[in-house]
Amino acid sequence: MLKPAPNPPVAPVPAKFGDQDLLRKSASTIKPPAERQTEVAKLIDVSKCIGCKACQAACLEWNNLHEEIGTFNGSYTNPPDLTPASFTLMRFTEWVNPETDNLEWLIRKDGCMHCEDPGCLKACPAPGAIVQYTNGIVDFVHDNCIGCGYCVRGCPFNIPRISKVDNKAYKCTLCSDRVAVGQWPACAKACPTQAIAFGTKEDMKKHAAERVTDLKSRGYKNAGLYDPPGVSGTHVMYVLQHADKPSIYAGLPDNPRISPIVEAWKGVTKYVGMGVMGFAAVAGVFHYLIAGANKVTPEDEASAEKLTRGEKP
Amino acid sequence: MNMELSRRQFLGTAGAGLAGTTLGALGFGGVEEAHAAAIRPFKLFNTTETRNTCTYCSVACGIIIYSKGDLKKGEKADITHIEGDVDHPTNRGTLCPKGAALLDIVKSETRLQHPMIRRAGSDKFERVSWDEALNKIARAMKDDRDKNFIAKNADGVTVNRWNTTGFLAASATTNETAWATYKAVRSLGMVVFDNQARV
Amino acid sequence: MTNSWTDIRNTDLVVIMGGNAAEAHPCGFKWVVEAKANRGAKLVVVDPRFTRSAAVADYYAPIRQGSDIAFLSGVINYCIQNNKVQWDYVKAFTNATYIVKEGFAYKDGLFTGYDEEKRDYNRSTWDYQIGPDGYAMVDETLQDPRCVWNLLKEHVSQYTPELVERITGTPKDKFLKVAAMIGECSTPTKTMTSMYALGWTQHSKGSQNIRTMAMLQLILGNIGVRGGGMNALRGHSNIQGLTDIGLMSNMIPGYLTLATDKEPDFNTYMSTRGFKPLRPNQMSYWQNYKKFMVSFLKSMWGPAATAENNFAFDWLPKMDVPAYDILRAFELMKQGKMNLYFCQGFNPLQAFPNRGKLTEALSKLKLLVIMDPLQTETARFWENHGVYNNVDPAKIQTEVIQLPTTCFAEDEGSLVNSGRWLQWHWPAGSPPGESRTDAWIMSQIHLRLKEMYKKEGGALPDPIVNLYWPYKDPSEPTPEELTRELNGYVVSDVLDPNDPTKKLLTASKQVPNFGVLRDDGSTAAGCWIYSGSFTEDGNMMARRDNSDPDDTGAYLKWSFAWPANRRIIYNRASADINGKPWDDTRKLLWWDGAKWTGYDVPDIAPTAKPQDVGPFIMNPEGVSRLFARGMMREGPFPVHYEPFESPMVNLVAPKIRGNPVARVFKDDFAQFAEPASKEFPYAATSYRLTEHFHYWTKNNHVNAVLQPEFFVEISEELAKEKSITNGGWVRVWSKRGSVFAKVYVTKRIRPLICDGKPVHVVGIPIHWGFVGAAKKGFPANVLTPFVGDANIETPEFKAFLVNIEPSTGPVA
Repeated sequence: MLKPAPNPPVAPVPAKFGDQDLLRKSASTIKPPAERQTEVAKLIDVSKCIGCKACQAACLEWNNLHEEIGTFNGSYTNPPDLTPASFTLMRFTEWVNPETDNLEWLIRKDGCMHCEDPGCLKACPAPGAIVQYTNGIVDFVHDNCIGCGYCVRGCPFNIPRISKVDNKAYKCTLCSDRVAVGQWPACAKACPTQAIAFGTKEDMKKHAAERVTDLKSRGYKNAGLYDPPGVSGTHVMYVLQHADKPSIYAGLPDNPRISPIVEAWKGVTKYVGMGVMGFAAVAGVFHYLIAGANKVTPEDEASAEKLTRGEKP
Repeated sequence: MNMELSRRQFLGTAGAGLAGTTLGALGFGGVEEAHAAAIRPFKLFNTTETRNTCTYCSVACGIIIYSKGDLKKGEKADITHIEGDVDHPTNRGTLCPKGAALLDIVKSETRLQHPMIRRAGSDKFERVSWDEALNKIARAMKDDRDKNFIAKNADGVTVNRWNTTGFLAASATTNETAWATYKAVRSLGMVVFDNQARV
Repeated sequence: MTNSWTDIRNTDLVVIMGGNAAEAHPCGFKWVVEAKANRGAKLVVVDPRFTRSAAVADYYAPIRQGSDIAFLSGVINYCIQNNKVQWDYVKAFTNATYIVKEGFAYKDGLFTGYDEEKRDYNRSTWDYQIGPDGYAMVDETLQDPRCVWNLLKEHVSQYTPELVERITGTPKDKFLKVAAMIGECSTPTKTMTSMYALGWTQHSKGSQNIRTMAMLQLILGNIGVRGGGMNALRGHSNIQGLTDIGLMSNMIPGYLTLATDKEPDFNTYMSTRGFKPLRPNQMSYWQNYKKFMVSFLKSMWGPAATAENNFAFDWLPKMDVPAYDILRAFELMKQGKMNLYFCQGFNPLQAFPNRGKLTEALSKLKLLVIMDPLQTETARFWENHGVYNNVDPAKIQTEVIQLPTTCFAEDEGSLVNSGRWLQWHWPAGSPPGESRTDAWIMSQIHLRLKEMYKKEGGALPDPIVNLYWPYKDPSEPTPEELTRELNGYVVSDVLDPNDPTKKLLTASKQVPNFGVLRDDGSTAAGCWIYSGSFTEDGNMMARRDNSDPDDTGAYLKWSFAWPANRRIIYNRASADINGKPWDDTRKLLWWDGAKWTGYDVPDIAPTAKPQDVGPFIMNPEGVSRLFARGMMREGPFPVHYEPFESPMVNLVAPKIRGNPVARVFKDDFAQFAEPASKEFPYAATSYRLTEHFHYWTKNNHVNAVLQPEFFVEISEELAKEKSITNGGWVRVWSKRGSVFAKVYVTKRIRPLICDGKPVHVVGIPIHWGFVGAAKKGFPANVLTPFVGDANIETPEFKAFLVNIEPSTGPVA
């Protein structure tokens, strides 16, 4: 087993990363620090997962989230989808392996992948609403969020959710508050079987290699690591028994990449700059192309426009 | 014993996995004070830690309960968070979905607050004082015991049993509570006495 | 558990059958995952459902619920036929070589001595032949046809792979694959662990399910060794402790028992309990029974327990029936024979079978007292909740008093985990409202009764007014005061008989271990097996040194394990007859030429010579029992019996319905569906889900989010047959009641082909009721039959019959 982090501190200690460690900031140009922090990663080993949902419970408790009590919908996946209060979700798939005719119950913990190349951040028109630290954590800054929903469309994994209560986007923070004081994310700490582990990305890849060897010895010849190159790798990775078929795991994308429209949008802003070109023209096109017609209210557009001019909405 | 030492020894031998994967070894850059706008302040700072074990199954995972206020100092203590105890040999800090949500059972809206009585034929519970409740219970027990206690059976053998009142004991109370319960119950000659071992 | 959670890391093969450890004990299951990752261990799951344990298993085999004995007897047969036997272990450490009395026989599902009228046996032939020296006769060569091994071989020979398939529905190839994996563990260097829980106990022959696996483990040499054992995964946080301390009808702390009406005095009582050794040199540890019993009586009645009054032996009640277990209690209640009932942290209206009968019974009480931290259905059994509790309060005359108690986070004391570790915990939060500790409530009740009996007199006041209650504040004994009593203390100085100037024991000191307890009243101990938990060196249960030399998983300095801080019981059996470990890579205990030494506290006298004294010191034989003598009500060997409600007749004994010695009350028989019933054609089973803990976590918002609503699970095949759609409503009914549920149509349940016919399984999770945060729903016990295991009365929740149809759901 991997060594867990020691018990949490109760006496204040300084944070191990902060604003000085920003790699990217949405709709903003920043100068990243000269030296990058060691990249972190959460490794989710689907072959060790018992689908107990301790990760979901720990996430709700640590982040003081209040999820609604739903109904039974013909699956153990509860709630049925990610929500603004459920940053993570066990997705259950009953899959009959065509080669062995054996049932395999594939249980995948869904949530933000903390992409090295984050589509949400690139799509986000609100300055500073999405940030990426040099250790790889992609975090939402709710004070800056305008609730436009572009991050949802920009995300190749369909992760962020917009709250109906405060109209802000929510997703897993990788427990940035815990990582900042040397703790594992709440889900990883709770996970009974260490199906969720946490450490440096390098160590997690090494650990994954050991797990893949074990799985191959048990007949899973296509076992492998999921660290998709289409988003330049992720800071949440999976060990899959069938890494040749990610999509059997409740639709995990086989080849995730940022939508070309988002890339184009970022290309335009990069060279022209929002302040020069005006927000409405670009955002309007972008909105039409990927967000659909009724995702963003005119008020939001107005707020966003003000934001781009450096005003308070 | 030196807890700190034992914890370190423990972590030193904690497993056969990778060496040096704790976050302490992650090589984070400086330890500047600046906290990013997006990062919440760590919510366990300045709380009181108390060692306990999970109330549910018999794996008996070690937990740490975090509170505002310290009972040991005679203060009121309000529990704010519960997390697995990394020093515990069995669970190593992990918890299941029940254990990870222990805070919500301690704080459940359906926790009982006051002694209550439901009178014969009534459709509701009413508040009652502890004294009234306990006096009523003790009186009912004595009357029933005096009426139905079997000192000798038909063959004249001393049997000293009382089988018209029964007691179902708990499954999550402490050994010490169990012993106080055993003494109080068995001394009455009660034989309809059982626990939840079967369910 | 014979072993501990942390020992599971040492195993080579985990067999989960009769349980679902990944769901019910996730953090204990961690050690299965570790054994797999670090040792290359394999996990086998045998279950009617493809559970979350099966999701991470190396091999899964389906089985029809209630047919485990046939399956396991088949594996024993396979091992014997294929020489997958650890012979050195079997010959030295089991009773395989013992000669059984003439007259003992088995035929058509029954052993010698059956009385159909009484549903019981005369067990006089179920024993060893005793030789002229007074000891049991043995044949070391295993040639004697009457030796246990040959009788066992003959007994299991009928359980061929073909018959196993017909009974259990496990396809022959899958059965043989599992048998082969298990058989590999017969070498001294390969170990298997059995992890089971209520999937084996909640049957009318639950004890025999477990016994069959225990026999198999003995044949493989897997008892007493690291990574082996019979590991009962206890369900509740202190149900081990509550049982250790004897909070059961006929129990005295430390597994002593109350006298029966046939034992009128102390000497008669002791005459059947001081077991003399059945073989030369054996420890037969129960020879010390009287020391434990007298020490217990001293802790109950202190100075009032004297040699003259046999230490107040008569103040304990005697039993006229084997036990007033809960099923009997509710039967008596229904008959109007009970007046008062206490429920301490217990919700029987949800937890016991046949909901309708339970409600009727509770309605006949005069007073129901509830002590609980949470609202329960039992406390509100009189309250109308529409279809979920359709009662008329005006017609229910039972008074109910509901007392709020503290919970784990607000109290202090020790709990015993499944591996017998007594772990101390500390209070962290202020109790809500007016809630008080259970110890305070029990003290209040005792003190009030004591006062009344002193003032008014009444029926036998002596045991009440003399109950030893030496606490500083009698109204609330402290956990430390109580636990010191459990450990035991010296009542009066004990002098060395050889040198009276020397004190062996000093009055008022805590005893260091149960070895010093005495039968003359000079020591007291509430629970002898806990001696050593709170000594003159302090509270051993609060120890938190988690060092583990050589990573064996023992953790001897963490808390305290009963007995004597021993972590693996029968550990002497981890070494061969000469005291050499079976497996050098997995050493536990060994003989160093003068004494036993190793990683654990020896489960034998430290200087007992290995060739002389057997490892199973509680048995008068010193060896374990493949042949149970008269200890089990059904017989010395297990037999496959069908559940009382079964989709088929018993293939090994067609005339026998259910377990022939299980107790069934008259009215309940009428409420059982016939075997192979057309009216109730489907085999149902009830179980827990990982997201919930029994009926508690429906009070917890987070757990209610994770599994919000009652549902049942069926196969795609049955759904198609009945036009049932996934996620829709169904009605499920048994001969006792009817429920509405959402339905999960799943590939994880498949019809089993038993004796050529399909058996459809209906799975019923148990967690819903009419109070709490989760959606209101029906509890499974609306459907379940009111019958228990023949030996210990655990209800048959795992196998019964139902019918099912599509529905539009309950009408509000």
